[in-house]
Amino acid sequence: MLHQAIQTVKSKLAWRDRYDNFIGGKWVAPVGGQYFTNVSPITGKPIGEIARSQAADVELALDAAHKAKDAWGRAAPAQRALVLNRIADRIEANLPLLAQVETIDNGKPIRETTHADLPLGVDHFRYFAGVLRAQEGGISEVDHDTVAYHFHEPLGVVGQIIPWNFPLLMAIWKLAPALAAGNCVVLKPAEQTPLSIMVLTELIADLLPEGVLNVVNGFGVEAGKPLASNKRISKIAFTGETTTGRLIMQYASENLIPVTLELGGKSPNVFFADVMDEDDDYFDKALEGFALFALNQGEVCTCPSRVLVQESIFDRFIERAVARVNKIKQGHPLDPSTMIGAQASNDQLEKILSYIDIGRKEGAEVLTGGGRANLEGELSTGYYVQPTVLRGHNKMRVFQEEIFGPVVSVTTFKDFDDAISIANDTLYGLGAGVWSRNGTQAYRAGRAIQAGRVWTNCYHAYPAHAAFGGYKQSGIGRENHKMMLDHYQQTKNLLVSYSPKALGFF
Amino acid sequence: MVERVLAAEAALALIDKLRAIHGDLMFHQSGGCCDGSAPMCYPKGEFRIGGSDVKLGEIGGCEFFMSESQFEYWKHTQLLIDVVPGRGSGFSLESPEGVRFLTRSRVFTDEEVAELEKAA
Repeated sequence: MLHQAIQTVKSKLAWRDRYDNFIGGKWVAPVGGQYFTNVSPITGKPIGEIARSQAADVELALDAAHKAKDAWGRAAPAQRALVLNRIADRIEANLPLLAQVETIDNGKPIRETTHADLPLGVDHFRYFAGVLRAQEGGISEVDHDTVAYHFHEPLGVVGQIIPWNFPLLMAIWKLAPALAAGNCVVLKPAEQTPLSIMVLTELIADLLPEGVLNVVNGFGVEAGKPLASNKRISKIAFTGETTTGRLIMQYASENLIPVTLELGGKSPNVFFADVMDEDDDYFDKALEGFALFALNQGEVCTCPSRVLVQESIFDRFIERAVARVNKIKQGHPLDPSTMIGAQASNDQLEKILSYIDIGRKEGAEVLTGGGRANLEGELSTGYYVQPTVLRGHNKMRVFQEEIFGPVVSVTTFKDFDDAISIANDTLYGLGAGVWSRNGTQAYRAGRAIQAGRVWTNCYHAYPAHAAFGGYKQSGIGRENHKMMLDHYQQTKNLLVSYSPKALGFF
Repeated sequence: MVERVLAAEAALALIDKLRAIHGDLMFHQSGGCCDGSAPMCYPKGEFRIGGSDVKLGEIGGCEFFMSESQFEYWKHTQLLIDVVPGRGSGFSLESPEGVRFLTRSRVFTDEEVAELEKAA
C-alpha cells in the first residue's frame, strides 16, 4: 500500500528520490557530498535520500538569504501578502497530495493530515497575509513640536529549526510570520521528517524571490548547531526540548540575538464532576476530549497526557473513557478510517515503551493498552504503540515527563483547589484542558492554571488568531497570532523635532 | 555505593567511540517535547552547567547532569543509559551514527533511598 501510494503521488507531484538543499532558489548539493537515508515510520523502510549538510552548507544558505533580504524587506506589504496568499492557494490546490506525503514522512493518519495539518497550514499563510496588511505603525505626540514615529522593520535573516511531529504545520507556523514580516529564512527541518518540507518547497519555489526561503537538511549537531550559533542570523526560533532549548539560548547569548522557544509540556486535562450530569452531546464531547491524547499518536507538545478527574465521578467516568479509547482504530496511516498511525521513529517507540515500563515499576495501573502494537503485513516493521491509559498519582514519572506517545496518566482530585494544585504541580505550562458545564467554575480554573493555552470545553484546536505558547519551562514567545509579527520585527523609532528653537543646554 | 546513573555496555562503547571523534564528553538529561526525556551528549563544556543543575554521577568517565527542578521529580529513580537504533536528538553527538542514547529507569528500593539520603 505504501509503495503504491508513493508511486501515485510521484505521478502527480514533484517528489525526488534524493534531495539536495534548497538555497537561493536552486537545488544545491551538500558541500561534503553526503546524504542520509530517510525512512517512513509506516514501514520502517527507506523512502529516499536527503542532504547531510555541514556548516559550509549553512553558510551558503546564509549567503543567499543575506543577498535577498534588502529587496524582500522593502517589498510592499501588499506584495508580501500576495505571495503568502498565493502560497496558500498552491498548497490548497495540492492538499490531498501533500497530506499523503506528510503521512508517509511522519506516520500520522491521513485523515489528520487531510483535515487538520494541511488546512491549518493554508489558513495560517492567509492569516499572516491578512494581519500584515492590517498592521499599523504608531505616531506618538510627545509634545506639540516633537513626534515619535514607530515603524516596523524586518529583523533580516532568521534561523528556524523545525520539529518532526507536525513537519509541515510547524514549519508554516514559523515561516508565515517570518516571511510576512519581511525576513529571509534559513530553515532546518527535523532529520526524522525532512521530506514533506522539501516537496512543499519545490511546489512553491516559483512564488518566492530567490533566497527568501532556504532549506538546509542534516543532523542537529552538524547542521542545526552551525545555524543556531551563527553570527549572521538575527533571531533563532526553535521547537523542541528543554536541554536543546537552553543550548540554543546559550548560543544566542553569544550573538546577542532573540530567541523564541517552544519546549513542550505535560498538559493537565481537568474533568469536573458536572460533566456527568447528563449523558448528552456535551458528555460525548468530553469523552472525545479525554481520548484526544491519542491525536497524532500523542506526539503533540500539548498532548493532554495528565487527566485529572473529580473523585466523585471517577469510577463511572473512567469506565466510559476507557471504552472510548478502546474504540480507537489503529491501522495503516494511509487508510482514511485509521485513527492512530505510527510513531515517528524507532527511538521514539523505544522511549515510549521505556516510560510505560517505569510507570509499571512505580505502581501505575494499566487500564488499557500498555505495549507495542504488532500490526500485520508491511506495518509489521513500523513503529506502533497501543493507546494506553495508566492510573496513578501525580508524583510518578509518567505524570511529570513528556512521553510524547499515546499514553495518558489519570488521577483524581477532591475539589477545585485540589484540581488546581495538581494541575500546576509540573515543570511545564504549555497547554491545559478544563471541562465543566459551570461557566464560572471553568473560567476560574482556566485563569488559575499556569499555562499559556487553556482549552475550555474543547481540546486540540489550533486556529490562527489564538496565541499559543508556554509558561514556565515550556518556552518563550508565542505563535499562531498576529503578535508573532512583533517576534520577527524590529521597532524603528524616528524621534522628530519640528521646533526651530535650540535646546538651550550649550 | 548506590549510583544515580549507570550505563549499559552499548552506551559505554558508544561513549568511547564518540570520545575518539570529539574529545571529552558530557551529558545533560533533557525534558519536554519531541526529543525530550532523552540524555543529550555534548563535547565537554559545550553546554553551560549552571546553579540550576545537579550532577547525578558519571558514566564512562563523563559527567551526567540534570536540571534541579527536573531532578526533584526524578530523584526516586535510577537511570540506566542505553543505546537504541534511531535518529535525531537535538544537537546530541550520537545522532549521525544512526543510534541514540535512551534513558531507562527503575525505582530505588527503600534501602537505597536511605543510603542516598545518608550520603547527601
